[in-house]
Amino acid sequence: MNSQKLLNVNAVSLTLWDKIVLRDISLSVAKGQVVTLIGPNGAGKTLLVRVILGLIRPQQGRVVLQPGIRIGYMPQRLSIEDTLPLTVHRFITLGTPAGRKQVQDALEETGAARVMEQPIQSVSGGEFQRVLLARALLRNPDLLVLDEPVQAVDVNGQYELYDLISRIRDRRGCGVLMVSHDLHLVMNTTDLVVCLNHHVCCSGHPDSVSQHPAYLELLGNEGARRLAVYQHNHNHRHDLHGDVVGVPDPDSHG
Amino acid sequence: MDDFLLRALLGGIGVALVAGPLGSFIVWRRMAYFGDTLAHASLLGVGLGILLGLNEGLAVIGVCLSLALLLVALERQRRLASDTLLGILAHTSLSLGIVALAFLETVRVDLVGYLFGDILAVTAQDLYWIWGGGLLVLVTLAGLWRSLLAMTVHEELARVEGVPVLLVRLIFMLLIAVVVAVAMKVVGILLITSLLIIPAAAARRFARTPEMMAGLASVLGCGAVAIGLWVSLRWDTPAGPSIVVAAAALFVLGAAMPIRQFR
Repeated sequence: MNSQKLLNVNAVSLTLWDKIVLRDISLSVAKGQVVTLIGPNGAGKTLLVRVILGLIRPQQGRVVLQPGIRIGYMPQRLSIEDTLPLTVHRFITLGTPAGRKQVQDALEETGAARVMEQPIQSVSGGEFQRVLLARALLRNPDLLVLDEPVQAVDVNGQYELYDLISRIRDRRGCGVLMVSHDLHLVMNTTDLVVCLNHHVCCSGHPDSVSQHPAYLELLGNEGARRLAVYQHNHNHRHDLHGDVVGVPDPDSHG
Repeated sequence: MDDFLLRALLGGIGVALVAGPLGSFIVWRRMAYFGDTLAHASLLGVGLGILLGLNEGLAVIGVCLSLALLLVALERQRRLASDTLLGILAHTSLSLGIVALAFLETVRVDLVGYLFGDILAVTAQDLYWIWGGGLLVLVTLAGLWRSLLAMTVHEELARVEGVPVLLVRLIFMLLIAVVVAVAMKVVGILLITSLLIIPAAAARRFARTPEMMAGLASVLGCGAVAIGLWVSLRWDTPAGPSIVVAAAALFVLGAAMPIRQFR
């Protein structure tokens, strides 16, 4: 495998409760590269992230991280009990002990320095995502893993956040693996898109994926209306559970 | 002051000091019912301890810890919800404990004392147990503090950031088991959870940091012990329940106090 890669996922398969949730998934992230996982709800995106982070062990395949790599992780859905008195500053240093100046710098980098001394429960959705990102940056990561980084953020804020992630990549040269549900929002800021529905449906440059039949069938209803022409020549279908049906060799496409 | 009263006060304060920080974590982690289940199970520990001739405190810790591990294993099955499992384990173990004690024909056991505490009967040996165990719990908790706090906020994030989550959770359960064993004498099996939770809940409004909440909970707990004991002497009420009522009164007083509320 390519030694320049920060992360290599090799033919990972995962079965949970007798259901194949990830099938033969391979992907990689290089230094300075932004890779976006995209797919419908329940497609296994977060499960794949958890496998990559070593939180779940896959039955088959391997996740290879470059030795000595530091990962900054931004989880999906994080709610903090109102009973826990915690300022933003304190929240950020729970992951990595750090001085005031470092915390301030990380928050300034993500544009949330204003809320540093506020109770964490009182910050808005967009600010909270920036605080989470600052906590990940404080680790000085080689690879950022971001699970739905723009959730609970309004549309303008979503563009701004993706832009910020792109700028952080430019400045720090780290690799980024992120999960998103909307390809059109990340088009301009991602280098590679992997379209996931339990298996890799298709992957490639965002422009090519956005016109790929597998993508269009899976997620393209919205996007298809905006595209002038698209050829509907997909080679497989998905049933209600997202499993591929009616195709002789599920790995022949994409 | 009478000797027995001094011992009661020292015992109660020892327990309240530990209960503050540990109880805060139980509130933050929503583990009130879990703590209650371990407390119920401690009667089984008492019964087994007497039957097998083991040290009572160690038997209680052993039973509480086994129950905690059993619960973790059962939760992995995902057949029944956690609160259902806790309910089953809590009352089964309490009943098993009472049944076990009934088999002891030669030893008469003060069941009411175990259920509601017998703080006025605290001996010098109990005091060593309370303060020794309490100190051990506090030191361990201080060492785990940041890891445990990070896990409480988000377990997987903490794991990615290098916290040995499973180990820390096991030690935390052990600490709860020790405190249950230690507090049993003071407020009794049925009221232990209240001493863990009420002072912490009362402290929340006035705290701006986790440490402040934990410390304030300890102070309020000590206050509740002192007031409860005084009430108990003055009006000849049962001591354990009086302490809990005092804690509840402090909680209500705190909730009614007109201050700017920190969220």
